[in-house]
Amino acid sequence: MSDPSTASVVSTPGASPTESAAPAAAGQPQTNEKPRGLLGDAWRDLRRKPLFWISTTLIVIFLLMAAFPQLFAQGDPSAGALERSLNKPGADGWFGYDLQGQDVYARVIYGARASIVVAVLSVIGTLLLGGTMGIIAGYRGGWVDALLSRIADVFFGLPFVLGAIVILTTFNGSGSGNSKAEIMGLVVVSLTVLSWPVVMRLMRSSVLATKEADYIVAARALGAGTGRIILKHLLPNCLAPLLVYGTIMVGSFIGAEATLSFLGVGLKSPVVSWGIMISDGKDFIRVAPGLVFFPAAFLVTAVLSFVMLGEAVREALDPKLR
Amino acid sequence: MRVSKRATSAIALSAAAALVATGCSSGDGDGDAAASKDGAITVHGVQPENPLVPSNTTETGGGKVVDWLWTGLVEYPNDGGAPRNALAESIDTKDSKVFTIKIKKGTKFHDGTEVKSKNFVDAWNWAAYSPNGAQNGSFFADIQGFDQTYTSDPDGPDGPQKAPAPKADKLSGLKVVDEQTFEVTLAAPTAVFPTKLGYSAFMPLPDVFFTQKPEEFGKKPIGNGPVKFVSWEDNVVIKLTRFDDYNLRDKMKIKDVDVKLYQDETAAYADLLANNLDFMEVVPTSALAGDKWKADLGDRGLSTVTPSTALISFPIYDKRFQNPKLRRAISLAINRQDISDKIFFGTRKPADSWANPLTPGAKPGNCTACKFDVATAKTLLAEAGGFTGEMVFYYNADSSHKGWMDAVAQQVKTNLGINARAEGVPTFAVFRQAVNAHTMKGPYRAAWQQDYPDVENWVNPLYVTGGSSNDGLYSNPEVDALAKQASSAPSLEASHEAFSKAVEKVDQDVPSIPIYFYGQQSGHSEKIKKLELNNVGEVDITSVEL
Amino acid sequence: MGRYLLRRLLQLVPVFIGTTFLIYWLVWAVPGDPFAGKCGERRCPDQYIAFMTEKYHLDQNVFVQYGNYMKNLLQGDFGQTFSQRDIGDIIATAYPNTLKLALVALVIEAVIGLGAGVLTGLRRNGFLDNLVLISTLFLIALPVFVVGFVLQWLLGVQWQIIKPTVSSEMRWSELIVPGFVLGSASVAYIARVARTSIAENRRADYVRTAIAKGLPMRRVVGVHLLRNSLIPVVTLLGTDLGALMGGAIVTEGIFGINGIGRAVYRAIVTKESATVVGIVVVLVLVYLVMNLVVDLLYAALDPRIRYE
Repeated sequence: MSDPSTASVVSTPGASPTESAAPAAAGQPQTNEKPRGLLGDAWRDLRRKPLFWISTTLIVIFLLMAAFPQLFAQGDPSAGALERSLNKPGADGWFGYDLQGQDVYARVIYGARASIVVAVLSVIGTLLLGGTMGIIAGYRGGWVDALLSRIADVFFGLPFVLGAIVILTTFNGSGSGNSKAEIMGLVVVSLTVLSWPVVMRLMRSSVLATKEADYIVAARALGAGTGRIILKHLLPNCLAPLLVYGTIMVGSFIGAEATLSFLGVGLKSPVVSWGIMISDGKDFIRVAPGLVFFPAAFLVTAVLSFVMLGEAVREALDPKLR
Repeated sequence: MRVSKRATSAIALSAAAALVATGCSSGDGDGDAAASKDGAITVHGVQPENPLVPSNTTETGGGKVVDWLWTGLVEYPNDGGAPRNALAESIDTKDSKVFTIKIKKGTKFHDGTEVKSKNFVDAWNWAAYSPNGAQNGSFFADIQGFDQTYTSDPDGPDGPQKAPAPKADKLSGLKVVDEQTFEVTLAAPTAVFPTKLGYSAFMPLPDVFFTQKPEEFGKKPIGNGPVKFVSWEDNVVIKLTRFDDYNLRDKMKIKDVDVKLYQDETAAYADLLANNLDFMEVVPTSALAGDKWKADLGDRGLSTVTPSTALISFPIYDKRFQNPKLRRAISLAINRQDISDKIFFGTRKPADSWANPLTPGAKPGNCTACKFDVATAKTLLAEAGGFTGEMVFYYNADSSHKGWMDAVAQQVKTNLGINARAEGVPTFAVFRQAVNAHTMKGPYRAAWQQDYPDVENWVNPLYVTGGSSNDGLYSNPEVDALAKQASSAPSLEASHEAFSKAVEKVDQDVPSIPIYFYGQQSGHSEKIKKLELNNVGEVDITSVEL
Repeated sequence: MGRYLLRRLLQLVPVFIGTTFLIYWLVWAVPGDPFAGKCGERRCPDQYIAFMTEKYHLDQNVFVQYGNYMKNLLQGDFGQTFSQRDIGDIIATAYPNTLKLALVALVIEAVIGLGAGVLTGLRRNGFLDNLVLISTLFLIALPVFVVGFVLQWLLGVQWQIIKPTVSSEMRWSELIVPGFVLGSASVAYIARVARTSIAENRRADYVRTAIAKGLPMRRVVGVHLLRNSLIPVVTLLGTDLGALMGGAIVTEGIFGINGIGRAVYRAIVTKESATVVGIVVVLVLVYLVMNLVVDLLYAALDPRIRYE
């Protein structure tokens, strides 16, 4: 952290003072407390970062929006009336109205739930599945690596649209009468199943690069078990690219969810999501750019907060930055 | 019939009134004859789904090219009027059962051979022979002997049994009299038969067709129309050029026509605006929004109405939709004017009749269920005992139907208090499969475009028991009887009169609800000085002047 | 190294068979009758369906179908589409176009992504860092069709800087804008991953040593830092070529490029197993080879990684 730039959006002017204060503060509490573990250190680090607080606040707001949308918008997101079709933003509809005369503001708010839940769960699923496979493949090497890598290759070869259409139409065809939660679950599962190979390869490459490092060799020499080496040494050191990739993936999964809905196999009305709004609005971008702009702006903000949080957590967790 | 899967590219006839009213024929003066003579244009197209064999082409991409490459016995004038003889010298009949058809002498196929009566008879026999698997095979069902050449699979195409081989490979109702004359005997009198002869299924095929595989022929088709085939590069371009030996009315004024095959309408539209493309039949939805296309194209834009109708059909096989009062209530609860104005920016007209009013024989304004009358709708719904549960309106999500279907569902919800919503089915194939199998669980979108310009085509296939597109299984013996009487009427006038009675019965039952009549917005480049659209809304390339 | 290479090449065989079968089976499992939608708003004549079913052997079970397909494939026969065009021809014309587009996208993404990543990694949390972060995220968040449409509209129609669509000659210069559109979504990944990697290695001992030795900064960054930070970036780029080729559907449509994207999509919805597998087979080969190259590059880039 050598750049004290104050022009930054992400880290506010407070950033550098807290960091320079960190070593000084680090000494005192340790005198009367037990040495903390990795997580304790990380938490102490995190508390001092405005980056962390800003992103957490934003994420809490988005989560509230997802859980209790009625706190933010009074209107009914799916009540359409053609007489106000494509009305411009105004006092009664802050973001204007879409083609069906539905309140764009209410829809953006209500869209948070489906978008965030689907994207975050899919990212978590992908990271867990791909990460585990990657660690095992990278650490074990040999035939295990070969087998897992080749399985990943097979899945990687599936065109996304094909896999999604098959999985979703099989379980979520028209008239299957699935509940909203079931449909969301299916979308999450298909996104996970079709996206894990990249994460797996990313994790595997990190593990390959790290596993011959001196501290791992040393740990092994000291008789540490495989589980301990992986969890205590390998994981924290390999997590960085994964976290970075994962937080950005939130954004592209929101878009992928829109593609599925667009194809008629994903979420169905009256469920609203940002992705659905963007793809619905694309034909009217020259007349009512707000139909694309507002959901995209929310999407970017949400993704930005996840990326910022990921960044903060990564820096806190990364032992090399201490 | 050719119905494109996308509403935005559905094409159909354009009638005289519409042409005049909307100034569809573009350009005031004549073009520069010298510039036209060796001129070339590039028009928008899509990759045909099948090799170009007329009796095996049912979609718009290939249909357009087939229409240019071939000239049939009759042609449908650009102004939408009654069909007139093209290749036919005369079509005579005394009883509407036996037709004597004389063709003009001295016209040629593009390979130089003369078009003779046997080219028609052979082509029709080929298409009507079921093992050849022609998509338009059933168009020959009127002709005597069809049941001998066209056999059905006893347990459907998916069953283990195979269809028995047909007893005959030629239609007994077709007879070559001499080189220019042949005789057609129908199984029953059909006044509308001569009208059908302009449809692509009835085009002649050159002798060389019968010596090679149909798909080989279809990759390098040989027709008898004003342009001939040059080359076809898949997904890129189909090149056509003037057929210099053509001697019928509509000779080409320009020389070369390139059909550029696009995947995306927005790309074609961008090319049109940048003058890289000379003609585009249907501008994309994104340009219709807010009337942007008018500003973009100025006097290069054309607007016309086409006799195709968008409908919502009821699955009458589903108990919940068997009460005509409920069906009428739903129809009355839809504000068609609002949908036309807001969803389609005025480019589609609200439907108010059962057959499209541009079709010869159709009566305008005869759909009493097409009004917007919420009070009556509520009363009827109450009388029908209400509707419990969710009413889902289905559409195919691979083309742009979401907007208007959502609006319909919303209006039913708002005006009748029914828990309604619209849901997309991923692809047209899956959608049609459910429709064909009669497993639809709610009202679904449909569209109808006539195969030939006559009101008969709007009643028999759609509302008669067992009709080829009566997918909702609507059945009313009175309608059947009236339609049968109309079909075998001695003259077209009598036939039209009888059909209008059948339609009155249909109007009482509301088996489907017409929503809007299609419109078409086209554009051309600065290069083109004059052009007309033909009866199906395609550019009439023989009218183009530069 | 030689033995490793041989083993990896041998492993390609089961992967190849597994992938092709899985895809064949998936397409076969796509719901819908391939001929149900062929005749517009009217059911196709049963005779037509029977004719097509028999012609394409669709009445046999999926294993027999796959077996026949593979037998023909090994003899170099890709089969025919339902519209009776040779799939081999389609692949031969469409593939080079898509590959060209994907390569342009890859280069653009590597140059912009890596450049941005290095700049921001060296000067983290500055104004530039945040600018890059927000603009790349915006590109991710906006779907490709919006980015493509807007660029085509502004550059092609309003300002007339480029032709709105790519000509059939596929000149490299025409592919810059479509390539940017296609690669835009991946730029953020590359930039972020490169930034993280650089930032981390910036503190590594060998960099400190190099600086202490008095090497010029350019050499430190170019030789020591970059080389060691490239591993995750190369992984992403390598896997991305396949993804770019398979994911070019929208971009190809917008810019009128005759590529494989649309062909695959159409074949999926019409259940043309032979076409999907035919096209994807070549795609699978591309990324299998790319994965192998990436794995070999690891060893070249990072002396700590050794293949026995």
